[in-house]
Amino acid sequence: MSTQTTPEARAQEWRGRFPTVNYLNADYGIKSWLLTKDHKRIGILYLISVTFFFAIGGAYAAAIRLELLTPLGDLMQSHTYNKVFTHHGIMMVFFFLIPSIPTTLGNFLVPMMIGAKDLAFPRINLLSWYIYMVGGALTFAALLFGGVDTGWTFYVPYSTNFSNTYVTLAGLGIFINGFSSILTGLNFIVTVHTMRAPGMTWFRLPLFIWSHYATSLVMILGTPVIAITILLLALERVAHVGIFDPALGGDPVLFQHMFWFYSHPAVYIMVLPGMGVISEIVATHTRKPIFGYSFVAFSSLAIAVFGFLVWGHHLFVSSQSVYAGMIFSLISFVVAIPSAVKVFNWTATMYKGSLSYDTPMLYAYAFIGLFTIGGMTGLFLAALGLDIHVHDTYFVVAHFHYVMVGGQVLAFLGGLHNWWPKMTGRMYPEGWARFAALVIFVGFNLTFFPQFLLGYMGMPRRYHAYPPGEPMWQVLHVMSTGGASILGIGLLIPGVYFIWSMRYGRFAPANPWPATGLEWRTPSPPPTENFAVTPVVTWEAYEYRPVEEMEVVGPGAPDAPAGGQHPANRGVETEEQP
Amino acid sequence: MSTHAEAIEHGHGPEAAHEALAHHFDNMEQQREAGALGMWVFIAQEVMFFGGLFLAYLVYRMQYPRAFMAASNHLDWKIGTFNTAVLIASSLTMALAVWATQVGRSRKVQVGFMAATVLLGLVFLGVKAFEYHDKYVDGLIPIAGWFNPHDPIPAGVTTGQYQMFFWLYFAMTGLHALHMIIGVGIIAPIMWMAWRGRFSPEYHGPVENFGLYWHFVDIIWIFLFPLLYLLGAHFKGGH
Repeated sequence: MSTQTTPEARAQEWRGRFPTVNYLNADYGIKSWLLTKDHKRIGILYLISVTFFFAIGGAYAAAIRLELLTPLGDLMQSHTYNKVFTHHGIMMVFFFLIPSIPTTLGNFLVPMMIGAKDLAFPRINLLSWYIYMVGGALTFAALLFGGVDTGWTFYVPYSTNFSNTYVTLAGLGIFINGFSSILTGLNFIVTVHTMRAPGMTWFRLPLFIWSHYATSLVMILGTPVIAITILLLALERVAHVGIFDPALGGDPVLFQHMFWFYSHPAVYIMVLPGMGVISEIVATHTRKPIFGYSFVAFSSLAIAVFGFLVWGHHLFVSSQSVYAGMIFSLISFVVAIPSAVKVFNWTATMYKGSLSYDTPMLYAYAFIGLFTIGGMTGLFLAALGLDIHVHDTYFVVAHFHYVMVGGQVLAFLGGLHNWWPKMTGRMYPEGWARFAALVIFVGFNLTFFPQFLLGYMGMPRRYHAYPPGEPMWQVLHVMSTGGASILGIGLLIPGVYFIWSMRYGRFAPANPWPATGLEWRTPSPPPTENFAVTPVVTWEAYEYRPVEEMEVVGPGAPDAPAGGQHPANRGVETEEQP
Repeated sequence: MSTHAEAIEHGHGPEAAHEALAHHFDNMEQQREAGALGMWVFIAQEVMFFGGLFLAYLVYRMQYPRAFMAASNHLDWKIGTFNTAVLIASSLTMALAVWATQVGRSRKVQVGFMAATVLLGLVFLGVKAFEYHDKYVDGLIPIAGWFNPHDPIPAGVTTGQYQMFFWLYFAMTGLHALHMIIGVGIIAPIMWMAWRGRFSPEYHGPVENFGLYWHFVDIIWIFLFPLLYLLGAHFKGGH
């Protein structure tokens, strides 16, 4: 339609769609996005890409649930089913859960929350997105060429000596993708250390920053180990060097140790950022400072440290010595302490707070309940004896989905709603959003709660069929598949209204909730350099006023701007503003 | 902190005008600190990356001490010592290159020290290639179907165990050599920048950070050398 206009005119038209000059309309055109060094734009690039991989992983999940609707393997053959659950796991773990919150909300918010203009290394930040895309493309290609059937855990000797699927190509994609994770973690650590605004001391940092700092530590110290492990696996597969092959003197259990040395801490990469999001939402939407700020801050670091010492609880049935098993079991119980500190402190924050029922807070309520169930069933699995009963059953599947979906995915959605006004400058439709949150909550529980029962009754994971003679099993599987359908629809609703709101949502004020963080003291959407003047922080984190007081004197700390326009943007109003 | 804030408000701190200052940093000091910390974090990551191989080495050496001693005898400790000396010398020239930029010596001195570093690195890699060729001639390439040692394997040691040592030898020294090759690739543009006179006492972050990387690669070798070359000196069947 606008083919006759000049690029300059189109850029002008694009700029006119926003009330202010900001990071979205500062530059125009696809090149300005693909070559951007702005952390906010890179966050948006990541948001689009992780959503894409989430959709692929979700499609495979739908196939799994369809197959398990009936006891017999009538939809696909066992070999196809092996590929389907492998693809689901690889896509969700490596290309959605691990990058999800850090690369999108983290990229967008870490510099803004500490009052910096950008991350310390903007070019490395862009590079990490390209590495992620190359890794994702290679793995996706492996799936398209014919897939992988080893499970996302790539256990040897099946993956090295027997599987004739695209293990090496998929592994290469995951290997490359690891470096994107490492570079993101490196950028966050350096940024938090060196780029804080004057007055932003460590104990004034939002808890979102603390949890991202802890996540980055795990990314830096864990990811290289999975990289070298996958490299060894690929070399073993290609050249049969024998490092994991007992016939040549190698030890297959060494692979499991090296794999879980990363992949258990990776669980904390997946959930710690979600905990950071929930801390922000709980404080904002109860109008109270987080109860026991320093305990919550240090619990993130404690989780990161203890997370490295528990990998052996994945090897209770893999020839590990009993004494090692006992110690790993004990330390696994210890990890529950910092996790519980968070849950109790969020609950204590809510006590006598001004609880809101805005969408972000609905997700926070869901997170706290579901993460508690996921965490407590984790203790079942950390117990040596009980683990042998439920090992490799649907109990394990239900447990980690309660943490990963009930935890991280809901926190991701809650965070997206909370910061959507900041990211896009538009409000999402509150009614639809609350409705979707409810649908997702119901669908999620209906999908995964029956799986606890199935697993306890003995349904193994990764099987495409189950005995028809067990009537209860099919009932539970039908419930699970029904729940998955509801969950799927629930997840589509935000996809629709988020896109709708980018054009039709009402314009967001600078601080819609209102919250105290630095990211809310600049216009929505923010200008490219985030702040016209580097903020000087003279207040503690989460200095919320009770609602009654706020109505009289304003939202937050004493010198917060009253929510008006940013000085840099005065006079750039357009006729489109309502 | 107040001077820091003032500098921002006035928009022209004493160093704000430096051409190498990136837009998102307040001053050169902050930029230098961020770069150095970034390199240290990267090195921590590298330690974990090599750590996987060191773990595998530890596990199999504990399991097969005899095989490892016997196989280690195939490595020439004299060549290994020579290469160790070459690498330490290259670390010295690199440290001198960092010093030359820090105190503002002429660009010829800066580039000279960096060139010496590259040269010593290439000598190391050349010797390494010669050693690899030696293993090829002796049938010690640890790939299925290729591994065919010409010398007899001592009693009580299986071919698989023997091969395991050479696999770890090639994996560890190969990954180390790859890091050196990447290092040579990185220092080339830094030398070009030095030749153009870009580095000064105020701005020398790239040289300093590359120096950290180069010393790290050097230290990896300091661990690899005894672990791989010096195991079998007291082994009876040795040279």
